[in-house]
Amino acid sequence: MRIVVLVKQVPDSGSDRNLRSDDNTVDRASANNVINEMDEYAIEEALRIKEAHGGEVVVLTMGPEKASESIRKALSMGPDSAVHVTDEALHGSCALATSKVLAAALSQLSPDLVLCGAESTDGRVQVMPHMIAERLGVAALTGARKLTVDGSTLTVERQTDEGYEVITAATPAVVSVWDTINEPRYPSFKGIMEAKKKKVETRSLADLGVAPTEVGSAGASSTVLEHGKRPPRQGGNKVADSGDGGVKLVEFLVSEKFV
Amino acid sequence: MAEVLVLVEASTAGGSPAVKKVTLELLTMARELGTPAAVVLGAPGTAAALTERLGEYGAAKVYAAENADIDGHLVAPKATVLAELVKRVQPAAVLLPSTQEGKEIAGRLAVKLDSGLLTDAVSVDADGVATQVVFAGSTIVKSKVTRGLPIVTVRPNSLTPTPAPATPAVEEVQVELSGSDRLTTVVERKVEAKGARPELTEASIVVSGGRGVGSADNFKLVEEFADLLGAAVGASRAATDSGFYPHQFQVGQTGKTVSPQLYIALGISGAIQHRAGMQTSKTIVAVNKDAEAPMFELADFGVVGDLFKVVPQAIEEIRKRK
Repeated sequence: MRIVVLVKQVPDSGSDRNLRSDDNTVDRASANNVINEMDEYAIEEALRIKEAHGGEVVVLTMGPEKASESIRKALSMGPDSAVHVTDEALHGSCALATSKVLAAALSQLSPDLVLCGAESTDGRVQVMPHMIAERLGVAALTGARKLTVDGSTLTVERQTDEGYEVITAATPAVVSVWDTINEPRYPSFKGIMEAKKKKVETRSLADLGVAPTEVGSAGASSTVLEHGKRPPRQGGNKVADSGDGGVKLVEFLVSEKFV
Repeated sequence: MAEVLVLVEASTAGGSPAVKKVTLELLTMARELGTPAAVVLGAPGTAAALTERLGEYGAAKVYAAENADIDGHLVAPKATVLAELVKRVQPAAVLLPSTQEGKEIAGRLAVKLDSGLLTDAVSVDADGVATQVVFAGSTIVKSKVTRGLPIVTVRPNSLTPTPAPATPAVEEVQVELSGSDRLTTVVERKVEAKGARPELTEASIVVSGGRGVGSADNFKLVEEFADLLGAAVGASRAATDSGFYPHQFQVGQTGKTVSPQLYIALGISGAIQHRAGMQTSKTIVAVNKDAEAPMFELADFGVVGDLFKVVPQAIEEIRKRK
């Protein structure tokens, strides 16, 4: 089975994240950039499928030059190779344009299975798997907490607000995963060394047959008008429990009319 | 005034379909932008069960597309019907709930219509400018769709729904579905017990437990406190990863984002992972043994103490007052 895993480099959610003041895009230059956490679960799932059924795992990333660090990191977990879509015209791309570019790259790779994280920690938009599936005319099985592969049949337990749904489709398909699906492995020393020698192909927009005017700020379907920091919350009254903490808590709830 | 399409989300957890609160919020919002028209997509009989409630909140029209394919296949059929309806009605905007499925339908719709999409809006003004809160609640963004029809997903609990009674005209919608709409089949829907508690993202009050709760068994105390307040129960990632509480109740960066009137954090230190999911709550209360826990920096009221002493006392005190 040929599996392509979508990997996005994002600013570390544990450190300060900002939008740029000049063009209102995510400030990636000053950020501590890491692999989107949920994507590590997608990589792990891909590796487990390969281990059980054979095949090949390819990492696909769209992002600036810097994203190559995250691609090497991803490869150190065990995937076979990577494709890096990078082009200056991509800067400022909206979700629609991003899905167009990724779909074009996937068409060239013709995978049986596309795996990705359910959302990225920067945008948290959650639309990419369905947008890509819509463009490619393939099935999407999203929000997986469990994935079973039986020949060309995929079965997923999709996490919902009320429990879960069991959904099924034939390959080729896009599957997005939550962090409940597995426990990603840590790269081994051997894995890190091997990753340095693995093949990473770069693709430009021209390679994919996508016009620069269709993507980036030029081709964006929405725009950020303004942004600002939300005033940080001010901690309020903090009391040490000296035997009446519960009563004091209720007094606060009463004063705020919650009780 | 042009119509504003509102995608209706219904819960079937109680047996018969019931309109979710977020839909009433969307109808309330839609009234400011145009004439609200509710879109019901589901199995036959769904619209009949929902129409009265939709009318109470101002739906001037209810578009009902009902067939087994919509219910039996994931997301794609709903986007196809909605796209056809948009072409027919030419609405001013489409509003959807910022839930997993709401966003997924919105994503496909945006591709089908080549229209801009804004997700996780907390408000939309008459000019179509949406306000979004991003980066774990640290940044406010105002943005606008610049191509096609504005497709906006709105976060639950962003506004208070207000009734505005109308008598909706129900219009049946017939749309031809294709093979590509039926690629993903729903085999089974499992409702996991949550009792009579409100839905996590829709609840006015959320009581959450963290690592400090210590065990699955101890979560009964969190549930007892929640039930007394009519609240939903949430959990931090540390608690769900430790198996104290099911994953679908996880609040945070990799779980649900909630924005209730009151958020009570019990034994939760307040790592960024958790704060990302609850930082926009109106009022925050924290109970934690560790006086240095970052959660106290957010809390409007905090008790430094043992939650197993503080919470039972609070429960007793509320019962006394009732």
